[in-house]
Amino acid sequence: MSATSAIRTRRTIWRKMKSDLMMGVTVLATVITLLPLFIILAYLFAKGASSLNLAFFTHMPAPVGEKGGGMANAIVGTLELIGLASLIGVPTGIGAGLYLAAHRGGRLAAAARFGADVMMGVPSIVVGIFAYAVLVRPMNGFSTLAGAVALAVIMIPLVTRTTEEMLLLVPHELREAALALGVPAWRTTLWVVARTAASGIATGAILAIARIAGETAPLLFTAFGNRFWSTSLTEPISSLTVQVYTYAISPFPDWQRQAWAGALVLTTIVLALELGVRWVTRGDTRVAR
Amino acid sequence: MAEILEATHDNVGVAARPARVGSFRVHLFGDRFFNLVTLLLTLVGLSILVGLAIALVVDSSPSIRAFGWSFVVSTDWDPVNEKFGALPFIYGTLVSSTIALAIAVPLSLGVGLCLSEMAPAWLGRRLGFMVELLAAIPSVVYGLWAIFVLGPWLRDHIEPVLGKALGFTPLFQGPRVSVSMLCAGVLLAIMVVPYIAAVCTDVFRAVPQSQREAALALGATRWEMVRIAVLPYGLSGVIGAIMLGLGRALGETIAVAMVIGNSPQISASLFAPSATLASVIANEFTEATSTLYLSSLVELGLVLLVVGLVLNVVARALVLGATQRRFEEDN
Amino acid sequence: MAEKLVARHLSAYFGQTRALHDITLAFPANMMTAIIGPSGCGKSTLVRCLNRMHEVVAGARTEGEVMLDGEDIYAPGIDPVQVRRRIGMVFQKPTPFPTMSIEDNVAAGLRLNGVALKRPERDRIVERSLRQAALWDEVKERLRRPGASLSGGQQQRLCVARALAVEPEVLLMDEPCSALDPISTARIEELLLELKANYTIVLVTHNMQQAARTADLTAFLYTGDLIEFGETRQIFTNPARRETEDYITGRFG
Repeated sequence: MSATSAIRTRRTIWRKMKSDLMMGVTVLATVITLLPLFIILAYLFAKGASSLNLAFFTHMPAPVGEKGGGMANAIVGTLELIGLASLIGVPTGIGAGLYLAAHRGGRLAAAARFGADVMMGVPSIVVGIFAYAVLVRPMNGFSTLAGAVALAVIMIPLVTRTTEEMLLLVPHELREAALALGVPAWRTTLWVVARTAASGIATGAILAIARIAGETAPLLFTAFGNRFWSTSLTEPISSLTVQVYTYAISPFPDWQRQAWAGALVLTTIVLALELGVRWVTRGDTRVAR
Repeated sequence: MAEILEATHDNVGVAARPARVGSFRVHLFGDRFFNLVTLLLTLVGLSILVGLAIALVVDSSPSIRAFGWSFVVSTDWDPVNEKFGALPFIYGTLVSSTIALAIAVPLSLGVGLCLSEMAPAWLGRRLGFMVELLAAIPSVVYGLWAIFVLGPWLRDHIEPVLGKALGFTPLFQGPRVSVSMLCAGVLLAIMVVPYIAAVCTDVFRAVPQSQREAALALGATRWEMVRIAVLPYGLSGVIGAIMLGLGRALGETIAVAMVIGNSPQISASLFAPSATLASVIANEFTEATSTLYLSSLVELGLVLLVVGLVLNVVARALVLGATQRRFEEDN
Repeated sequence: MAEKLVARHLSAYFGQTRALHDITLAFPANMMTAIIGPSGCGKSTLVRCLNRMHEVVAGARTEGEVMLDGEDIYAPGIDPVQVRRRIGMVFQKPTPFPTMSIEDNVAAGLRLNGVALKRPERDRIVERSLRQAALWDEVKERLRRPGASLSGGQQQRLCVARALAVEPEVLLMDEPCSALDPISTARIEELLLELKANYTIVLVTHNMQQAARTADLTAFLYTGDLIEFGETRQIFTNPARRETEDYITGRFG
């Protein structure tokens, strides 16, 4: 082997090594990134599972400093809040999505599309301030309604965007075929286009629900919290997220223990929604991933 | 959209079909009604945004009037004497986000490259999904875990090392507690990586195969191909991803509030407690006793809103540009 | 020959661009008229003007008249939806509605319009339409299966059945066989020859041999103008215009 080809080979070997090293670094980065996922889930189970007994799911919180009690009202509260928020947010989001998909041009549509994108960048605590200003102060008190509205405000842009995207994925030939049959435009949009995009739209809505189920900040001064059952929409209401937050930062070991249990329940709900919706639509080519 | 004209009964010829195909009057109404309903719902969405901006400006006007621009540079946060300034929180927000990005950006680039270049398609999808799950974990759960696991671990294992090695800088001096700027920064990094990584993966996947092949055909190694073809092509998208991540970090409230210590002081050391714009709002909103106090908190929210919005809009434009390019090239 | 559908001084625009120039053309009843011409000559545009589908595209408009049994479908006050129920259309790409079964697809034109049909009535219409489309024997055992589970040629015949279920008087076929294999193409052509007896058919095709095989009359379009129109035999053996002859003999297109 001549001297130059020896150098060339050495340099090639070094370049190859460097390439392998760098690509190995990217793999390391991926491992480091995914590590917290498993660590957190492991801790949730380790520290929370043992506290999940019947009492946890059926009792309300015990008075400060006392042991025992549960998060029954918090769990129900979360369900109520996301239920009410979805009632407001999902139809509004889907309706707006239908409008945007039908009006590709148009100034109002462009403004609304931009607005939805902008809303997605608003920190959720600021949404809480908005709901406070608009509902809590005029009504002179914290309420379930205020909390649900805050959550709905977070949901609407998400549902709007995914609905529009899913509707646009439907091939335009389908719409034309329906129109050519003499089906009016609105029926075509609902019963042909939206129906074809239905599973994608539903996926978007459920993922938005999963997102708001995990929100705490907007509830801090809207729904606020309640040691007991909330009996009307104008009363403050407890929620899993706020309860976990309150317990976690408290100095009481028993509350901290329950915080882990609550966090486990909360994470299970959220992950079940995320995984569930993807599992159900697993064969569906119409749902973009 | 087809023109919808007024149908009259004179069209006996064209419209004369047996009633079984439906009255032609009904669907005209249907089209109009449908359009109206969707329009109204869209207006609702749009007016929420406008209303939000207005509400924030209106509610922060007492403190805007009282403090003017000095609000942004004052370090006083004195509820008792009703003197409020945003600087400690702006500082806390900036520093914690900087730490978060310093850790998250290299990691995210690595993840993005690994998923788009290294992993076979099926593995890339599954790993990408797991990264998405990280984003789905509620922030209060992150905070809880950080209070009891991450914080103590940093305090007991990492901070001593940093203190010894880099203790000559004021960044790593002082007593070590489990709630600190450093803990908040690291936690934010963990929470923000999924967002930046997901966008980076999309951006890198959008690089046309022809670019990669051109580099490889020249004899480049994998890493050289990435450096020459993938990274430059995806640069604007990556910047957009970083800005999206920054926006996310700025707005993260609960997890940060749980581990940053909530002390409205500016201190050089990362080991010391601090506070961010979002965390102080979360902590003190329900305790704000006076109008000026509340209004100052709302003004902090306004600052947060404006910065978050600007970042988000610019970031989206960058990312859209980067991922559109492949579509155009391939077509 | 009674004239079922007549286009008079028809022009079509996409925004400022004029795609059809002052076309006057008569389609006799119960006959098949083919429209041929090179790509981009306006064949599809012309046919889409005949059932008011052209205006569905943003910025598109028409000038002139199209008379169905003597009445202008573009007259003010005429509802395009009603027009499309009398003039049906089958597109180039078979588009069964993916969320519907075969029988639901066939009945779609009626059900989507809210026409309440009792089960036996609906089954009767579905069977009749599928028989007319020469698809009944192949699918009668699996009417509940999704429409998308059929082969390309079957899907296209399903689209024909779907169009027929609404009982139109005219059938517009916009290159219905372009996306199909030769065997399916042959079956569709057979089908069209059968349907001719009860319907007026307008067939757009880029395949001259198809026009020569199936159509009674042929119109040749070139860059938005009607160049020649007459009996198919005459067009293909003794064209009057030189452009027609050039196209037929393959000098361009």
